[in-house]
Parts: sequence; structure tokens; C-alpha cells
Amino acid sequence: MLDSAQQESALNSILNKAFPEYKTIKSQVTDARLEMTLELSRAEVERIKKMAGDQALETIRNRVDQFGVSEPDIRPQGEGRILIQLPGVKDIQRAKDLIGRTAMLEFKLVDEQGDLQGALKGEMPPGSEVLYEIEKNKETGRSTKQPLLVKKRPLMTGEYITDAKVGFGNQYNQPYVSVSFDSRGARLFSQITGEHVNQRLAIVLDGNIYSAPVIREKISGGHASIEGSFSPQEAHDLAIVLRAGALPAPVTVLEERVVGATLGEDSIRMGVHSMFLAGILVILFMAIYYKSSGIIADGALLLNVVFILACLAAFRATLTMPGMAGIILTIGMSVDANVLINERIREETRLGKTLRAAVEAGFSKALLTILDANVTTLIAALVLFQFGTGPVRGFAITLCIGIICSMFTAIFISRFVFDFLLFKMNKKAISI
Amino acid sequence: MLEFIKPGINLNFVGRRKIAYTVSFILLAFTIISIAARGGLNYGIDFAGGAIIQAKLSKPVPPEKVRAALDKIGLNKASIQQYGIKEGEEYLIQVGVEHKNLGELTTLVKAALEESFGRGQVDIRRNEMVGPKVGETLRQKALLAIYYSILFLMIYISGRFEMKWLMSIVVAAAMLLVTYIATIAGMSVIYLIVIALMVTLGVCFLLRLKYALGAIIATLHDVLMIIGFFSFFNKDIDLSIIAALLTIIGYSLYDTVIVFDRIRENLAKYRKKDHAEIINSSINETLSRTILTSTITFSVVACLFFLGGEVIHDFAFAMMVGIVTGTYSSVFVASPILLIWPEALAKAPQKAKIRA
Repeated sequence: MLDSAQQESALNSILNKAFPEYKTIKSQVTDARLEMTLELSRAEVERIKKMAGDQALETIRNRVDQFGVSEPDIRPQGEGRILIQLPGVKDIQRAKDLIGRTAMLEFKLVDEQGDLQGALKGEMPPGSEVLYEIEKNKETGRSTKQPLLVKKRPLMTGEYITDAKVGFGNQYNQPYVSVSFDSRGARLFSQITGEHVNQRLAIVLDGNIYSAPVIREKISGGHASIEGSFSPQEAHDLAIVLRAGALPAPVTVLEERVVGATLGEDSIRMGVHSMFLAGILVILFMAIYYKSSGIIADGALLLNVVFILACLAAFRATLTMPGMAGIILTIGMSVDANVLINERIREETRLGKTLRAAVEAGFSKALLTILDANVTTLIAALVLFQFGTGPVRGFAITLCIGIICSMFTAIFISRFVFDFLLFKMNKKAISI
Repeated sequence: MLEFIKPGINLNFVGRRKIAYTVSFILLAFTIISIAARGGLNYGIDFAGGAIIQAKLSKPVPPEKVRAALDKIGLNKASIQQYGIKEGEEYLIQVGVEHKNLGELTTLVKAALEESFGRGQVDIRRNEMVGPKVGETLRQKALLAIYYSILFLMIYISGRFEMKWLMSIVVAAAMLLVTYIATIAGMSVIYLIVIALMVTLGVCFLLRLKYALGAIIATLHDVLMIIGFFSFFNKDIDLSIIAALLTIIGYSLYDTVIVFDRIRENLAKYRKKDHAEIINSSINETLSRTILTSTITFSVVACLFFLGGEVIHDFAFAMMVGIVTGTYSSVFVASPILLIWPEALAKAPQKAKIRA
């Protein structure tokens, strides 16, 4: 009993040393057997999740960059999600394959001693597994699956790859991918090939065997080539994913949207047209209703639109339809700020105040109202930004920017123009 | 001077509030009946999950033929909708979540349509796919976003208009905590939000957070109206509609706050006057700006509705309904609610004066 307690504490200290991120949550002795349950700490799980997410983002970005899309937009969406936007891509399936492929490259030894037929019937030799080599017949396009018994434990993985290139074989002009390893990988590869001369080495990518050549001699120099039955385009894409690195975890497509170029153009054109018309309508209305004061408001309004677009450009936000709608809404609110001010000034003049006093009182009284009303909307927009996803978020950003810009233009710019006309130019009357 | 509303106008809004309440109740009942009759709301693929394919044909084809073509490939459950201005040229084909691979599905649909209507006659203009899990999360997030925004607005309004910062923060924090725990515990978000809203309104009533109560009721009123219209016209609720709903929450509050602001100002100015009278004259004083702004905003959104194209059509529709009800609710719903406690209102101006 003392012995097992000693052993247990010894085991514990070894575990603590080797795997500090694991915590022992249960340990008990039953029938002289020690059972221990270990658990990863929550912080560690979070760290791994985050690392996998970051690495996936980086890998996908690398792959897309090498795929050659003009303006890709790749961003994390929280909770292990990544949003990828690829304008102008024609072959969607190819892009999806390129992005979604795990690209886990493994070199595994073929198990020649084991009984393949037995393994297929379910009598798996310990430490081995059955993988398939897929061969495509060029003429018929039919693919055949060839089972092979391989050792489960990979001798080497693709993590040491520094470069991958497409080459063409001499005989049939068959494309292949040649990979280069870094110095550590080169050393490992030469050691492996040296130890297993005359044995077959299976090159496994994402669980499928590409080829399983016999090792003729020790391969030093840090190069290996992957042959298989693929088209030049497939070889090209394979080289990209190998260069960009493997994904830390498999990805699944959760959401997919394709908008045809013509539809995109159509809706943008219609959106811009309608916005333009709405803008003209508002400007005309203000100028007619408030005359000079309306024109001041129009100036503030135009400046507001310029500010919003500048801010959006600075934030590098993509202008979507809900985003555009957000701008239109803010234009409405910016007009309202001016309406509030002008109505107040009118009210004050009715009380018999001079124009200067009326402008002064109008602005100061409207200020509080504008602030309260805009802050309420801003709060709604911020909550929207915080809890919303995708397009809702884009809408919230434009709304926030718009509210701040419109308050600024209505309160400061309009005020500045009024003061300039009244005090500098000494105007006695401004039509309102 | 061009004036739509003459100064010194004094319409009796407050006195007619019973009529307004009746109208609102009838419309709300109508909303609930409409939703119940249709067996719930129509969620777009954003919320329900599924795939959508937009196909344009080079010559008009009646919908029955499109359906027949799709039946051949086993898509008999797909919903087929006409799209765009020209009849029969463009169709939206919507299928359920069981089709996982969008690329394959699109090729299949295109092939089926081409077989029926001729090679090269079909242009796939858009295809989208949303996984069922994403749709579920999006729906829950949208609902929670609406509820959270209401809580934050309650704090701001109670704080600004009644100086009840502490009280409203405590209430909001408690509600936030309870909903958060309930979501973690895995409670159905829809029921949770309905219950949470009821509780919030009840607490506002008990604690006499009357400005917040008025604003929240007016806002909910508008949101329900839009949902009612969408249910009645059998339109899909998707992400852009949620954006519209949240904008309307903002707009309706904006409008309400402007009237409240004037009420607060007038309460401080005329201490002796009857409250109903003050509220009514405040509505009248702001009427000119209410009508002006609503008209302008409405015409902007109407431009979008008629000229903005199909993509933004439903969004603009929701906004149009929202602007009308938002304006109505700030005049007829939010302000009269302040009269529930006439004696409590009397305390407000003193506090407002200290702050001013």
C-alpha cells in the first residue's frame, strides 16, 4: 500500500513536469490498479482554440494570397468562424477546395508484414491502418481505390516544408509536386529513408495515399516529390496548400453566398441612383422651406456625406446594401438636427427676439435635444455592433459614424456659418 | 416663410388618446392574429438555414413550368418566387437545410432549368447557403441584441429625464444577469425575451420609471407593427429586416425623446399648469418638426423602396412602416403614458431644474 502511494506521487510529479497544462481530477485504486483522469485546464482549452483560430486565419490568408484574388477580405467572426470574401472569383468550387483543405501531409511506412486481406475483414494488426490510394485513369476518367496497409504512426509530417513547386515528369509529362524541407526536416528525412531502404513509404495527404514508392536509397538534400494522378491545375493548388501550411483543424463551410457580377453591378447602380435622387430631393426641400438657412443646412449635409465616406474609407469598411441604407438614415437624422435648430430659431424670432439672439437661443436650446436624441440612437447602434453579426454589424458601423458626423456638422459647422454671416459679414437678416 | 404647420396650433392629442389606444390595440390584436394564423413568422434562410438560388431566364416562363422542371430533380419542396420587375424572367429558388453542397445544387438546378428551357437560357445570378446552426445563432443573437438595446436605452432615458440613474442601472444589470444566466442554462431565447420584456415593463411600472416605460412601450408598439405587416404580407424576415427593426427602434426613440425633451422643458417652465395640458402643448410645439422630419425621412426611404432595387426592397418597406408608426407612437402612445401618474410628474420639474 505504501508502495503504491509512493508510486502514485512519483507518477504525479512526472505528469506535472511533463504535462503541466493537465490537471488530475480523479485518481483511485481499484483491484491494485491505479486509475487517473486528467483534464486540460479551461484556460489551456481556450488558448488552443484561439491558437487554432489564429493559425487557420493566417493559413487561409496565405492560400488566398497565392491563389491570386485581387481584393480578398478575410476576417475572424468570433467563435471559431472566419469570413472570407473573394470578389471576382469564377471557379467557386476550386476556391472552396483550396481554402477548406486541411492539407495534412504525412509520410507513413507501408506495413508489408501485415495481412491486408485480414485487415480489410476487420483483423487489424496492432499499430496499423488501412488507407486508400486513389488512382484516376486519364482516358476513362474513372477512379479506382487501392487499399494499402500502413503503419499508424507517421514518420514525418509536412510541418518542415519550406517550399513546394510543380514539376513535370520526363516520360508522360505527368505533373508532380516537389517539396523542400528546412534543415531539420532534411536531416529527419534522410534519417528515415536511410533506415528503411527497400521498404515502401506512403505519402498521405488528408488521409488519402498519393503514392507509395519504394525507397531505393537514402535521400539527403531535403527534397521529396509527390507523384499521383492529378491534373496540372490540381498539382498547382496542391503546391499552394503545401506552401501555405496545414490547417490546425478541419474546416466546414457554414455559410456561402455567391453574387453574380451583373447582379452586383445592377444593385449597386440602382442603390446609388436612388440615393442620389433622395439626396437631391432633401436638398431641394430644405432650400425651398428654409431658404438661406436651408442652404446652410444643405452645405452641412453635403459635408456630412463626405465625412462619412472618408471615415468609412479610413476604417476600410466594405459598403454593403445595409451599409448604404445606414448612410441614408443618417442623412435623414442630419437633416433633422438642422430642422430642430431652424424650428427653434423660428420659435425664438416669433417671441420677438432679434435674429442674433434668436440664433443664439435656438442653437443652445436645440443642442440638448439633438444630443439626447442622437445619443439614444447611438446607444442602439453600439449595442447592435456589439451583439450583431455580419451585415448587421456593417450597418451599425455606418450608423455610428453617421451619427457622430451629423452631430458635428449640424452643431458646429452650421453654427459657424451662421456666426460668420451674422458677425463677420454683419448681415442683418438671414431668411429662415 | 413657408410653414406646413402654423405656429400656435393646438390640436387636442392627449384628450383623444383613448381613440389612439383603441386603434393601436386593434392593430396589435391584428398582428397577433396574423402571426398565429400563419403559424409563426416566415424566416428567410439567414435565420432558418437553407440555400437560395436566383436564376434569370432569357425569356419569360410561368412559375408552374419552373416548378415542373425542378420537380424532375426531386426539389418538389423548394419554394419558388418571382423576383424583379419583369414577370416570369427571374426566380428565387429556396430549398431547405438538407442540401449541404451549394456548388452541386446550383449545377443541378441550372442543368434542370436548361433542359426544360434550352441551353444557355439560364443565368445563375446569385446563390447563397446558410447552415442550420448559423441560422439559429443569428436568430438568437438578433433577438438578444434587441432586448439588450432596450435595457441600455432604459438606463439612458430614466437617467436623463428623471435622474434615476442608479435605480435604472440596478434594474438593467439585474435583468441582464438573469437573461444571461437563462441563455447559458439553455432556455429558448424567444420565450426568454418575451418574459424578460414583460418583467422589464412591470418593473418600470412599479418603480415609476415613466419616461422609460413610455419610450419602451412606444418602441415595442412599432416593432410589433412592422412584424405584423411582414406577417400579413407573408414576407420573409431576414437579417436586413432585423437591421431595419433596430433602426426603427432608434428612430422611434429619437422621435419620442424629442417630444419628451420639450415636455421636460415645459414642465420646468410652467409649474402651475395642468400636466395633460403641458404634454399636449409640448406635442403641438414640436409638431412642425415632427411632420417635417418624418416627411423628409419617409421620402428618402420611399426613394429606396421604389428605385433601390429588389435587394433593398424589404428593408425599405420595413423602414416606411416604421417611420409612420414611429411618428404616430411618439405622439399618441409614448407621451400620454406619462399621465398614468399625474402626481409623480409634479416632482420631476424640480429635479430637472437642479440639473439645469
